[in-house]
Amino acid sequence: MIILVIYIVIFAAAFFLVRFGVRKFRQMNDFTSLKTVTFGDESAVRPDRWASVISVVTIFLLWGAFTGSKWVPVHAPGPFVGDAEFTYTLEAPNGDRDDATVFVRVFEVGEEIVKPEIEPGDGFAKNDASAVGAWRSDLILMDKNDETKRDDGAKVVAIDGQPVSEGSTVSVAAGKVTVTAKGALNFTPSGGMQMEPIWLPPPESVVKRVGEIASEGYQNFTLWEHLYWSLFRVIVGFALGAAVGIPLGYAMGLSDWFRGWFDPIVEFMRPVPPLALIPLVIIWAGIGESGKIILLFLAALWIMTISARAGVSGVAISKVHAAYSLGASKWQLMRHVIVPNSLPEIFTGARVAMGVCWGTVVAAELVAAEKGAGMMIMVASRFQLTDIVIMGIILIGIIGYGIDILMRKAESWLVPWKGRV
Amino acid sequence: MSTLSIENISMRFDLPNGSHVQALQDVSLELNTGELMSVLGPSGCGKTTLLNILAGFLAPTEGQITLNGHKVTGPDAERGMVFQQGALFEWMSVRDNVSFGPRMAGKREKEWRGTVDHLLDVVGLQGFKDKAVYELSGGMQQRVALARCLANDPDVILMDEPLGALDALTREKMQGLVLKLWKETGKTIILITHSVEEALLLGERLLVMAPRPGRIHKEYRLPFADDGVGKDLREVKKNPEFGQKREEILSMIWDMEEEIMGRTEEADA
Repeated sequence: MIILVIYIVIFAAAFFLVRFGVRKFRQMNDFTSLKTVTFGDESAVRPDRWASVISVVTIFLLWGAFTGSKWVPVHAPGPFVGDAEFTYTLEAPNGDRDDATVFVRVFEVGEEIVKPEIEPGDGFAKNDASAVGAWRSDLILMDKNDETKRDDGAKVVAIDGQPVSEGSTVSVAAGKVTVTAKGALNFTPSGGMQMEPIWLPPPESVVKRVGEIASEGYQNFTLWEHLYWSLFRVIVGFALGAAVGIPLGYAMGLSDWFRGWFDPIVEFMRPVPPLALIPLVIIWAGIGESGKIILLFLAALWIMTISARAGVSGVAISKVHAAYSLGASKWQLMRHVIVPNSLPEIFTGARVAMGVCWGTVVAAELVAAEKGAGMMIMVASRFQLTDIVIMGIILIGIIGYGIDILMRKAESWLVPWKGRV
Repeated sequence: MSTLSIENISMRFDLPNGSHVQALQDVSLELNTGELMSVLGPSGCGKTTLLNILAGFLAPTEGQITLNGHKVTGPDAERGMVFQQGALFEWMSVRDNVSFGPRMAGKREKEWRGTVDHLLDVVGLQGFKDKAVYELSGGMQQRVALARCLANDPDVILMDEPLGALDALTREKMQGLVLKLWKETGKTIILITHSVEEALLLGERLLVMAPRPGRIHKEYRLPFADDGVGKDLREVKKNPEFGQKREEILSMIWDMEEEIMGRTEEADA
């Protein structure tokens, strides 16, 4: 909640800063900036690059600040670490009361720790010592060393002077103390506002993980091997899907019989999400490579078929007529008119298909695989290795984005006339 | 002398609801080599259907077309087409578009290079030959379409409102170009248009068609096309005879349109 508020504040502050700060010094006079009507004119809305940069930086800052990253100068209050103490008042069955102090050493999980040395103190209630990891809690059986124990009928009636009973919770200097139903004390050091690394590790540990897994590997394969296998499956599955789907789409666009024969199949298979095919593919082909590739083949096939068919039906009849009147044969018409004319549609389909394939491969690997990006994060999540999970998600995102950019580049290079006719 | 003859063409489309449309009824016509005939008529008079039959894209329900003595059965390089919207191939350069016909016929570059360069010169696009066609203006694209058609050296050129999508100034320039190309190449041309002025300026013969059923209403032989070659077309338009013919044909077409309107109103009532 507080993070959302901070985010909104940064959003607004950056807006005013950029709008009234930076813009003052950098007046532009291009065509769009001279338009007076911009609200409602979509073409006049261009992404503000300042906003994009600040947006990305903000996410990392917030991530770092709320995970105690060393890379970020400002931090949200972290968990309490160090020595704390509180006093409890034990009441013996005869009504006598005695105070004793509990010394707790709160340490960062993973550190070697020794319990604080203490003096037992006087009275029938003796002082206790305990150690607890940050964000954890510790059950303190404070009466173990006391002269009158709970079994004898003693019970805690106050903590730091605040009266308590079974089930109640009071705040002490560095955390909270709850009296359990059986009368023991449960101490929870205050967690601050940072996220515990097992929920969200700081950015540097994610980056460290990248290096670690890149060189040492995880689950028998290095990071690059995991990513390579995922990409390999996508490319092979997509290539097979395109190799079958494009000719099939052309055939459906050019022949009544093919159209009639495959229409019901394509129209039925198209709305079936590829993920729904995973169980069947596992039954048929197991969890090995062939199963994955069959799944991706099916994911790409229908998309490519439909885009090739749309590419053929998108050929203006006048172009077909023109080619025939210029003496082209059917084969020449196919080669010089229909295929090039359908390329823009096919590229659009290929971009969609690559996106779907990438999503499907990760999902399929989540379900069952020996290697691959999805398998890596799934296994890591079972061991609460959140840094690997986050690293995997970021890399999967980057690769998906990279694929889309490559497809766009290829498109503008191969079909420069797209959208300009 | 090679001729294009249209012999008793009728075209009937059956509709799914059982009725039918008589797009053309008993149309007969002879064209000699080198004649330029423009075809005018209100919408629905079957002029585009006639052109599609001539090109071989449609088979008439009755009658036949013969060119140089043989029957027309399908599209062929002997009958070139120029469409309203260029119908150029965007994935080819201007030069590849123009040389499309010769290349499809399997000719080598040295066989067609001279013709293509000459045609690009004639239509004034020599400097644009390596440009992509989508980079050209509408008028230039239409010139590419003309050059592409001529590069194939067809016997007959069929033009379906080739200048219909151009602005008035470009259109006038292009009319001059069409006349020039016609005279230089001596091709037989059939030109469909909506503009009475264009039909009068370009047509050595002018065919006015009437709708429902589509048929030939009247034919004129005109002197303006010959007069106009190499001249300012606006001079030709100043000719009082030109104005008189224009009025005559315009009112003829207006009458037809009104008749159609009247008939539909009757049908509605």
